[in-house]
Amino acid sequence: MSFLLVAIGGFWGSIARYSISVKTNKHFIGTWVANITGSMILAFLFHFYLIGAISNALWLLAGVGFCGAYTTFSTFGNETIQLVTAKNYKKAISYVVSSVVLSITVVGLILTLLGN
Amino acid sequence: MNAKTIVAVGLGGTIGAISRYGIALAIPLEKATFPYATLIANLIGCLLLSYVLNRSVIKEKIGNTTFTALTTGVIGSFTTFSTFAVETVTLFQTNIILSSIYVFSNMLGGLLFCFLGYKVASIQRRATV
Repeated sequence: MSFLLVAIGGFWGSIARYSISVKTNKHFIGTWVANITGSMILAFLFHFYLIGAISNALWLLAGVGFCGAYTTFSTFGNETIQLVTAKNYKKAISYVVSSVVLSITVVGLILTLLGN
Repeated sequence: MNAKTIVAVGLGGTIGAISRYGIALAIPLEKATFPYATLIANLIGCLLLSYVLNRSVIKEKIGNTTFTALTTGVIGSFTTFSTFAVETVTLFQTNIILSSIYVFSNMLGGLLFCFLGYKVASIQRRATV
Protein backbone atom coordinates (compact mmCIF):
# COMPACT_ATOMS: atom_id res chain seq x y z
CA MET A 1 0.00 0.00 0.00
CA SER A 2 2.77 2.43 0.90
CA PHE A 3 4.45 1.82 -2.47
CA LEU A 4 1.19 2.58 -4.26
CA LEU A 5 0.85 5.93 -2.46
CA VAL A 6 4.45 6.89 -3.29
CA ALA A 7 3.83 5.84 -6.92
CA ILE A 8 0.69 7.99 -7.29
CA GLY A 9 2.52 10.98 -5.78
CA GLY A 10 5.50 10.32 -8.05
CA PHE A 11 3.23 10.21 -11.09
CA TRP A 12 1.81 13.69 -10.47
CA GLY A 13 5.05 15.15 -9.13
CA SER A 14 7.03 14.29 -12.24
CA ILE A 15 4.25 15.60 -14.50
CA ALA A 16 4.16 18.88 -12.56
CA ARG A 17 7.94 19.30 -12.94
CA TYR A 18 7.78 18.39 -16.63
CA SER A 19 5.01 20.94 -17.28
CA ILE A 20 7.05 23.71 -15.66
CA SER A 21 10.15 22.75 -17.64
CA VAL A 22 8.17 22.81 -20.92
CA LYS A 23 6.60 26.18 -20.04
CA THR A 24 10.04 27.64 -19.35
CA ASN A 25 11.41 26.12 -22.60
CA LYS A 26 13.54 23.51 -20.78
CA HIS A 27 15.59 26.38 -19.41
CA PHE A 28 17.08 25.60 -16.00
CA ILE A 29 14.82 28.22 -14.40
CA GLY A 30 12.13 25.49 -14.45
CA THR A 31 14.19 23.11 -12.31
CA TRP A 32 15.10 25.99 -10.02
CA VAL A 33 11.44 26.93 -9.47
CA ALA A 34 10.41 23.29 -8.92
CA ASN A 35 13.21 22.68 -6.42
CA ILE A 36 12.56 25.80 -4.34
CA THR A 37 8.75 25.53 -4.27
CA GLY A 38 8.91 21.76 -3.71
CA SER A 39 11.25 22.21 -0.76
CA MET A 40 8.84 24.77 0.74
CA ILE A 41 5.85 22.44 0.37
CA LEU A 42 7.81 19.54 1.85
CA ALA A 43 8.84 21.66 4.87
CA PHE A 44 5.16 22.36 5.65
CA LEU A 45 4.19 18.72 5.13
CA PHE A 46 7.09 17.55 7.29
CA HIS A 47 6.02 19.82 10.16
CA PHE A 48 2.39 18.70 10.06
CA TYR A 49 3.51 15.08 9.77
CA LEU A 50 5.76 15.45 12.83
CA ILE A 51 2.98 16.92 14.99
CA GLY A 52 0.59 14.22 13.79
CA ALA A 53 -1.73 16.57 11.90
CA ILE A 54 -1.40 14.57 8.68
CA SER A 55 -1.47 10.79 8.36
CA ASN A 56 1.36 8.53 7.34
CA ALA A 57 -0.55 7.83 4.11
CA LEU A 58 -0.73 11.51 3.17
CA TRP A 59 2.95 11.94 4.00
CA LEU A 60 3.86 9.08 1.65
CA LEU A 61 1.59 10.41 -1.11
CA ALA A 62 2.33 14.14 -0.94
CA GLY A 63 5.72 14.22 0.78
CA VAL A 64 7.73 11.20 -0.37
CA GLY A 65 5.86 10.73 -3.65
CA PHE A 66 4.82 14.13 -4.97
CA CYS A 67 7.44 16.50 -3.50
CA GLY A 68 10.18 13.90 -3.93
CA ALA A 69 9.42 13.53 -7.62
CA TYR A 70 8.47 17.17 -8.26
CA THR A 71 11.94 18.23 -7.16
CA THR A 72 15.05 16.76 -8.71
CA PHE A 73 18.73 16.59 -7.97
CA SER A 74 19.98 14.87 -11.11
CA THR A 75 18.64 17.50 -13.52
CA PHE A 76 20.03 20.22 -11.27
CA GLY A 77 23.46 18.53 -11.37
CA ASN A 78 23.34 17.92 -15.09
CA GLU A 79 22.33 21.50 -15.87
CA THR A 80 25.20 22.76 -13.71
CA ILE A 81 27.68 20.52 -15.56
CA GLN A 82 26.27 21.81 -18.88
CA LEU A 83 26.96 25.38 -17.74
CA VAL A 84 30.47 24.40 -16.60
CA THR A 85 31.36 22.62 -19.85
CA ALA A 86 30.06 25.67 -21.75
CA LYS A 87 32.52 27.69 -19.60
CA ASN A 88 29.62 29.67 -18.20
CA TYR A 89 31.14 29.55 -14.70
CA LYS A 90 29.41 32.61 -13.31
CA LYS A 91 25.98 31.23 -14.16
CA ALA A 92 26.93 27.76 -12.86
CA ILE A 93 28.01 29.15 -9.49
CA SER A 94 24.93 31.36 -9.09
CA TYR A 95 22.68 28.43 -10.06
CA VAL A 96 24.23 26.11 -7.45
CA VAL A 97 24.51 28.71 -4.68
CA SER A 98 21.02 30.15 -5.17
CA SER A 99 19.39 26.70 -5.33
CA VAL A 100 21.11 25.41 -2.20
CA VAL A 101 21.14 28.55 -0.05
CA LEU A 102 17.59 29.56 -0.91
CA SER A 103 16.02 26.12 -0.43
CA ILE A 104 17.79 25.44 2.87
CA THR A 105 17.11 28.96 4.20
CA VAL A 106 13.42 28.84 3.30
CA VAL A 107 13.00 25.34 4.78
CA GLY A 108 14.86 26.46 7.91
CA LEU A 109 12.65 29.54 8.25
CA ILE A 110 9.43 27.56 7.78
CA LEU A 111 10.40 24.89 10.32
CA THR A 112 11.63 27.49 12.83
CA LEU A 113 8.52 29.67 12.50
CA LEU A 114 6.28 26.61 12.88
CA GLY A 115 8.21 25.71 16.02
CA ASN A 116 10.26 22.68 15.04
CA MET B 1 3.66 18.90 -24.82
CA ASN B 2 1.39 16.07 -25.91
CA ALA B 3 -0.77 13.78 -23.78
CA LYS B 4 1.27 10.70 -24.58
CA THR B 5 4.51 12.26 -23.35
CA ILE B 6 2.82 13.61 -20.21
CA VAL B 7 1.51 10.16 -19.27
CA ALA B 8 4.87 8.57 -20.14
CA VAL B 9 6.71 11.03 -17.88
CA GLY B 10 4.20 10.31 -15.10
CA LEU B 11 4.64 6.56 -15.44
CA GLY B 12 8.41 7.01 -15.42
CA GLY B 13 7.95 9.14 -12.30
CA THR B 14 6.18 6.28 -10.50
CA ILE B 15 9.17 3.98 -11.16
CA GLY B 16 11.65 6.61 -9.99
CA ALA B 17 9.71 7.47 -6.82
CA ILE B 18 9.18 3.80 -5.90
CA SER B 19 12.88 3.04 -6.38
CA ARG B 20 13.86 6.00 -4.19
CA TYR B 21 11.39 4.89 -1.51
CA GLY B 22 12.74 1.33 -1.77
CA ILE B 23 16.27 2.57 -1.04
CA ALA B 24 14.95 4.59 1.92
CA LEU B 25 13.29 1.44 3.34
CA ALA B 26 16.40 -0.66 2.70
CA ILE B 27 18.70 1.59 4.75
CA PRO B 28 18.50 0.34 8.37
CA LEU B 29 16.92 2.81 10.79
CA GLU B 30 19.84 2.85 13.22
CA LYS B 31 21.98 4.24 10.42
CA ALA B 32 19.41 6.89 9.60
CA THR B 33 21.09 9.62 11.66
CA PHE B 34 22.87 10.50 8.41
CA PRO B 35 20.50 10.49 5.41
CA TYR B 36 22.40 7.93 3.33
CA ALA B 37 19.35 6.88 1.32
CA THR B 38 18.78 10.27 -0.35
CA LEU B 39 22.50 10.75 -0.91
CA ILE B 40 22.81 7.34 -2.61
CA ALA B 41 19.76 7.98 -4.83
CA ASN B 42 21.02 11.45 -5.77
CA LEU B 43 24.52 10.25 -6.66
CA ILE B 44 23.34 7.26 -8.73
CA GLY B 45 20.74 9.45 -10.46
CA CYS B 46 23.31 12.14 -11.32
CA LEU B 47 25.63 9.58 -12.91
CA LEU B 48 22.82 7.94 -14.89
CA LEU B 49 21.15 11.15 -16.09
CA SER B 50 24.28 12.83 -17.41
CA TYR B 51 25.34 9.59 -19.08
CA VAL B 52 21.97 8.98 -20.76
CA LEU B 53 21.53 12.62 -21.83
CA ASN B 54 24.94 12.71 -23.46
CA ARG B 55 24.67 9.33 -25.16
CA SER B 56 22.62 10.24 -28.22
CA VAL B 57 22.55 6.62 -29.36
CA ILE B 58 20.09 5.81 -26.54
CA LYS B 59 17.65 8.48 -27.74
CA GLU B 60 17.85 7.20 -31.31
CA LYS B 61 17.15 3.65 -30.14
CA ILE B 62 14.22 4.21 -27.78
CA GLY B 63 12.55 7.25 -29.35
CA ASN B 64 11.68 10.70 -27.97
CA THR B 65 8.74 9.74 -25.74
CA THR B 66 10.48 6.85 -23.98
CA PHE B 67 13.63 8.95 -23.71
CA THR B 68 11.78 11.78 -21.92
CA ALA B 69 10.01 9.22 -19.70
CA LEU B 70 13.39 7.73 -18.75
CA THR B 71 15.26 11.00 -18.16
CA THR B 72 12.66 13.48 -16.86
CA GLY B 73 10.40 10.77 -15.44
CA VAL B 74 12.39 7.88 -13.98
CA ILE B 75 15.75 9.48 -13.17
CA GLY B 76 14.29 12.92 -12.38
CA SER B 77 11.91 11.45 -9.79
CA PHE B 78 14.46 9.00 -8.45
CA THR B 79 16.59 11.93 -7.24
CA THR B 80 15.16 14.61 -5.02
CA PHE B 81 15.99 18.12 -3.92
CA SER B 82 13.21 18.79 -1.40
CA THR B 83 14.10 15.82 0.84
CA PHE B 84 17.73 16.90 0.66
CA ALA B 85 16.77 20.41 1.86
CA VAL B 86 14.53 19.21 4.71
CA GLU B 87 17.08 16.60 5.85
CA THR B 88 19.83 19.23 5.86
CA VAL B 89 17.78 21.51 8.13
CA THR B 90 16.72 18.74 10.56
CA LEU B 91 20.32 17.50 10.73
CA PHE B 92 21.47 21.10 11.32
CA GLN B 93 19.28 21.25 14.44
CA THR B 94 21.15 18.34 16.05
CA ASN B 95 24.58 18.28 14.43
CA ILE B 96 25.89 21.24 12.43
CA ILE B 97 29.03 19.41 11.30
CA LEU B 98 27.12 16.39 9.96
CA SER B 99 24.69 18.77 8.27
CA SER B 100 27.53 20.57 6.49
CA ILE B 101 29.07 17.23 5.46
CA TYR B 102 25.68 16.23 4.09
CA VAL B 103 25.36 19.37 1.95
CA PHE B 104 28.89 19.08 0.61
CA SER B 105 28.67 15.35 -0.13
CA ASN B 106 25.47 15.89 -2.13
CA MET B 107 26.83 18.92 -3.98
CA LEU B 108 30.39 17.82 -4.70
CA GLY B 109 29.40 14.18 -5.13
CA GLY B 110 26.43 15.00 -7.35
CA LEU B 111 28.39 17.32 -9.62
CA LEU B 112 31.29 14.86 -9.77
CA PHE B 113 29.01 11.98 -10.73
CA CYS B 114 27.28 14.15 -13.35
CA PHE B 115 30.65 15.04 -14.81
CA LEU B 116 31.64 11.38 -14.75
CA GLY B 117 28.49 10.37 -16.63
CA TYR B 118 29.09 13.12 -19.17
CA LYS B 119 32.77 12.11 -19.57
CA VAL B 120 32.07 8.39 -20.03
CA ALA B 121 29.38 9.18 -22.61
CA SER B 122 31.69 11.46 -24.62
CA ILE B 123 34.55 8.93 -24.52
CA GLN B 124 32.21 6.20 -25.80
CA ARG B 125 30.84 8.53 -28.45
CA ARG B 126 34.34 9.28 -29.73
CA ALA B 127 35.24 5.58 -29.66
CA THR B 128 32.30 4.63 -31.85
CA VAL B 129 32.56 7.46 -34.38
